[in-house]
Amino acid sequence: MPTTATFPQPVIRRVEVGSSIVAEQAATAPADLKISTEHVSVKYSGKTAVRDVSLEIRERSILALIGPSGSGKSTFLRCFNRMNDLIPGATVEGEVCLDGEDIGDAGVSVVELRRRVGMVFQRPNPFPMSIYENVAYGPRRRGMNSRAQLDELVETSLKRAALWDEVKDDLRRKSGLALSGGQQQRLCIARVLATDPEVILMDEPASALDPVSTLRIEELMRELRENYTIVIVTHNMQQAARVSDVTAFFTMAEDRAGYLVEMGPTGRIFTRPAERLTEDYISGRFG
Amino acid sequence: MTANHSPASLHRRTSRAIVADRAATIVLWGTAAFVLLLLGTIILHFALAAWGVVSLGFIFGDPSDTALGGVFPVFWNSIYMLALTMLIAVPVGILGGIYMSEYARETGPLGLVTSAIRFAEEAISSVPSIVVGLFGLILFVDTFRWGFTALGGAFALTLFNLPLMTRLSEQALRAVPQDERQASLALGATKWQTIRHVVLPLAIPGLVTGVILTAGRVFGEAAVLLFTAGIGTPVHYDFANFNGFGLDFNSGWWHTSPWSPLRPATTLSVYIWKLNSEGLGAFKNQLADGSAAILIGMVLIFNLGARAVGRVLTRKLTAA
Ligand SMILES: Nc1ncnc2c1ncn2[C@@H]1O[C@H](COP(=O)(O)OP(=O)(O)O)[C@@H](O)[C@H]1O
Ligand SMILES: [Mg+2]
Repeated sequence: MPTTATFPQPVIRRVEVGSSIVAEQAATAPADLKISTEHVSVKYSGKTAVRDVSLEIRERSILALIGPSGSGKSTFLRCFNRMNDLIPGATVEGEVCLDGEDIGDAGVSVVELRRRVGMVFQRPNPFPMSIYENVAYGPRRRGMNSRAQLDELVETSLKRAALWDEVKDDLRRKSGLALSGGQQQRLCIARVLATDPEVILMDEPASALDPVSTLRIEELMRELRENYTIVIVTHNMQQAARVSDVTAFFTMAEDRAGYLVEMGPTGRIFTRPAERLTEDYISGRFG
Repeated sequence: MTANHSPASLHRRTSRAIVADRAATIVLWGTAAFVLLLLGTIILHFALAAWGVVSLGFIFGDPSDTALGGVFPVFWNSIYMLALTMLIAVPVGILGGIYMSEYARETGPLGLVTSAIRFAEEAISSVPSIVVGLFGLILFVDTFRWGFTALGGAFALTLFNLPLMTRLSEQALRAVPQDERQASLALGATKWQTIRHVVLPLAIPGLVTGVILTAGRVFGEAAVLLFTAGIGTPVHYDFANFNGFGLDFNSGWWHTSPWSPLRPATTLSVYIWKLNSEGLGAFKNQLADGSAAILIGMVLIFNLGARAVGRVLTRKLTAA
C-alpha cells in the first residue's frame, strides 16, 4: 500500500514528471510555491479564533493541519477559499496568496477562486441528485452544456476519485445519497475534481468513515498529490503521518485563540519536534 | 424480576411510566381519530346532501329559473379566480420568501427593512377578511373606478394571502440545510445558482404546502370577494366572446367575456353565501349543497394535483 511509506522514514520522495522519474528531493525543499499566508488572523464577532499565521505551501504537496479541537484548523482552512465570507461576523486579516496573487483583493472573483480551490467537507454532503448530476454540477454552473463533454468529464472525475467502477452502471438512476458513506465522500471528491481545481481543501474528510473507507480516501489522496496541492485537517495523527508531506501543528493560547506552533516535514514533526508543545501533543500528553 | 434489588420500587416506577405512555398513546390516537371523524362527517354530509344533485349537467350546466339547472358560471369563476390569484400571489410570495430566507439582513439599516416586512406580514395576517374586502372596495372599485372586477378580487385576495405565502415560503427555504448551500458555493456556484439549483428544488415540498394552504383560502374566501369581485354573474358564458379586453371603462363595467379580468366574478363560496342569505328560489338548498360538494371536490383535487406537480418539479429541477 503506497500510503504507509511516509512514517517514520525520512521524507525523501520521488517526484514524477510525466511518466519518468527525473528527480528526488526533500519534501520541503523550496520548490514552486502554491499558497502563502502572511499574518492571517480570523475573528468571530471580535473574538480571535486564529492568530497571526504565516506559512507557505508547496505545489503538489500535502499539508496536514493537526492540533486540538478548537485550535482554529477549520477556520484557517476556510481562509483558502474564502468560505469565512459566508459566516456573519467573521473577519479575516492578513494576506492569503494563491500563485502570488492576494485572494482578498477587491477585484478577485470568489466564484473563480472556489473553482480553483475546491473543498471536501467533514460530513459527506452529496446533493440529492443522481451521481452523474452531482459530478456535473460545477461544470454546468459555468456553462458546460455539451452532453459529450459532460459525459467524459464525469467519467474521468469518477475514475480519478476511484469510484467509477462501483457506480458506472447506474450513474443517472442512482442518487448520490444512496451510496455508502465512503462512496459519498469519494463522490464529493469527484465533484470537486470535475471543476478542475488546483488546490483541494479537506476538513477531516475521513472522520465520519469506517477504517476501510478511510484507507481508501488516504490512498486516493496520495494519488491526487501527483496533480493537486492538498491541505487536510485531521485529528488523526496516524493519518497525518501516513499521508502528508508537511505537518503544521496548531494549538490554543491562553485566550483560546488558535496559533501555529510549528511546521515542518511530517517525518521530523513526528520524530523530532522542535517545540515542547508539539511533542506533548504528539505523545498524547495533551489534547 | 430479580430478587436481589428492590423489585417493588422498580416495579412502581416502570408501571407509572407505562401508564403515562399508554395514556399518551390513547389520547393521541383518539385525537387523530376525532379529527378524521370530523373530516369524514363533513365530507359524508355533503356527499349525501349532494347525492342526486351533482351531476355533469349540474357542474357544466347554466342556471335555470324553473328547474334545478347548473352552476357552471360560478364554477368557472372559482377556477378563474384561483388561477388569477395564484398567478400573482405564488411568484410574489416565493420571491418574498427567497428574500427573507436568503438575502434579508438581521442587523444594520437593512435589518430595519426586515423588521418592517415582518411587522407588515403579521399586521396584514391579523386583519379580518371583511376589512380587506372593504379596503379593496375603496381602492379598486371606487378610487380606481374599476367597478366589481375579477382583477380587483384577485389583488385583494393576494393582499390577504401574501403574508401567509411569503412566510411559508421562507420557512420552506430555511428548512434546507446550510450544508447544501455550502457545498454548492464551495464548488464555485454563485448565490443565485445555489438558490436556483439546490435550495429551491429541496424546498419544493414546503412550497407546495404553502400553495395548497393559500389556494384553500382562495377557494373558501367569500368576504373579500363580496366587495371586490362582486355578486353579478350572467347566467351564461360565451367563451367565444372576447369583449372586455379593450380597457374601455366608459362602456361600463359589464364586460361579458368569461376570459376578461375586468368583469365581476361570483365564485362558488360567494354563491353559497348568497343562496343562504338571500336565496329565494325553490332549489336553493340543493344548489347550496351541490355547490359545497363541488367546492370540497375541487379542494381535494387541487391538493393531490399540487403535490403531483411538486414531485415532477423536484425531478425537473434537480436534473440538469
Ligand atoms: N461559525 C462560527 N462562529 C463563531 N465561532 C466559531 C465558528 N466556527 C468556529 N468558531 C470558533 O472558533 C474556534 C476555532 O474553531 P475551529 O476552526 O472549528 O477549530 P478546529 O477545526 O481546530 O476544531 C473555536 O473556538 C470555535 O468555537
Ligand atoms: Mg474543525
